[in-house]
Amino acid sequence: MNDIARMLRRLGGGVIDAVWRLGYASRFIAMVLAASGMAFRRFSLTMRELYFAGVLSLVIISVSGLFVGMVLALQGFETLQNFGAAEAVGVLVATSLVKELGPVVAGLLFASRAGSAMTAEIGLMKTTEQLSAMEMMAVNPLARVVAPRFWAGVISMPLLAAIFSVMGVFGGWLVAVKLLGVDNGTFWSQMQAQIDFRLGIVNGIIKSFVFGAAITAIAVYEGYDAPPTAEGVASATTRTVVESALAVLALDFVLTVFMFRGTGL
Amino acid sequence: MNRTTIDLWVGIFVALGLGAIVFLSLKVGNLATFKSDEGYHLDARFDNIGGLKVRAPVKSAGVVVGRVEKIRLDPKTYEAIATLRIEPTYQFTKDTIASILTSGLLGEQYLGLEPGGDTATLKDGDRIAKTQSAVVLEKLLGQFMFGKAAEGGDKK
Repeated sequence: MNDIARMLRRLGGGVIDAVWRLGYASRFIAMVLAASGMAFRRFSLTMRELYFAGVLSLVIISVSGLFVGMVLALQGFETLQNFGAAEAVGVLVATSLVKELGPVVAGLLFASRAGSAMTAEIGLMKTTEQLSAMEMMAVNPLARVVAPRFWAGVISMPLLAAIFSVMGVFGGWLVAVKLLGVDNGTFWSQMQAQIDFRLGIVNGIIKSFVFGAAITAIAVYEGYDAPPTAEGVASATTRTVVESALAVLALDFVLTVFMFRGTGL
Repeated sequence: MNRTTIDLWVGIFVALGLGAIVFLSLKVGNLATFKSDEGYHLDARFDNIGGLKVRAPVKSAGVVVGRVEKIRLDPKTYEAIATLRIEPTYQFTKDTIASILTSGLLGEQYLGLEPGGDTATLKDGDRIAKTQSAVVLEKLLGQFMFGKAAEGGDKK
């Protein structure tokens, strides 16, 4: 009897903790949004974060995009050739990149490249009591530190995803047209005939925008919430990457269901 | 890292990103030929539209001249009514024949328009009088087998 009561108590405690954390995180994000004024009024703060989150991610994003596109073209060509439709390799590469792989893989890379850095930076600022010092000087750390990082992530993610897709299409073109000898004109014309602007490209941009917001929200929250110890910052950084990866993949499914359901595409 | 260098790099990054979006829209998504509001509408009634879908291309002599905008069933006659949006630069004669065709063996279905010799042209909201339904593979196979069986019966 006692054992059952203890198990129930543990279950109840776990649920209350989870709900409390969810509420705390939502309230934190709401406060960041409310304190965002400074991120735009003093745009140089956001500019600096755009440099760290966006510009420094450019190399890894473009190189990964190039290779993903090249591999897609190679693999797609092998299979499509069996059906005598090797020209459709351009459609295959572009569709999968623009609708899915661009936003998702760019999101995963962005989470590990920029998200983890944000968490570590904010966590270390908290550990070394820089955030408390700001509060002492009547500077709101949410407005001065957190909001610029959040908005920099939201702005740079769609741009990075678009660059990823373009590099992927370029990589696919290199392999398909230059290496495997698919006709250049058919490659582009099939792609243009099959990809719908609103269904394909606009939805891809919406996806990357949502992923950017989710990843940076997780990153700044985990950094701000990290226990002020070396171990705490380390585990917060790990949690950022794991949680953002899960969030990106789960959100991708949900968004895809809403965007492409019942359109026959 | 001083201020101007950061500004420069962020400028390059944003320009690259916006350039990528423009490239995707124009070169991959072909936005240039996609104008949703222009054009006039025509109705075509079919006994069977087969696998024709909304946004399927409307072609004349192989050139895309519009899109299928809406497909619905007439509840009285049980005919499918396809509403087409045709680009305003193209005019079709009153005796145009609309038929549902397939590009290639496994390709998507599209709507073919074949103009006749009439001098009057179709206006916005007009109905294409002559239509040819989609070929349904099962029916075709059924006819073929029925024909073969009848042939076999004659020989005996």
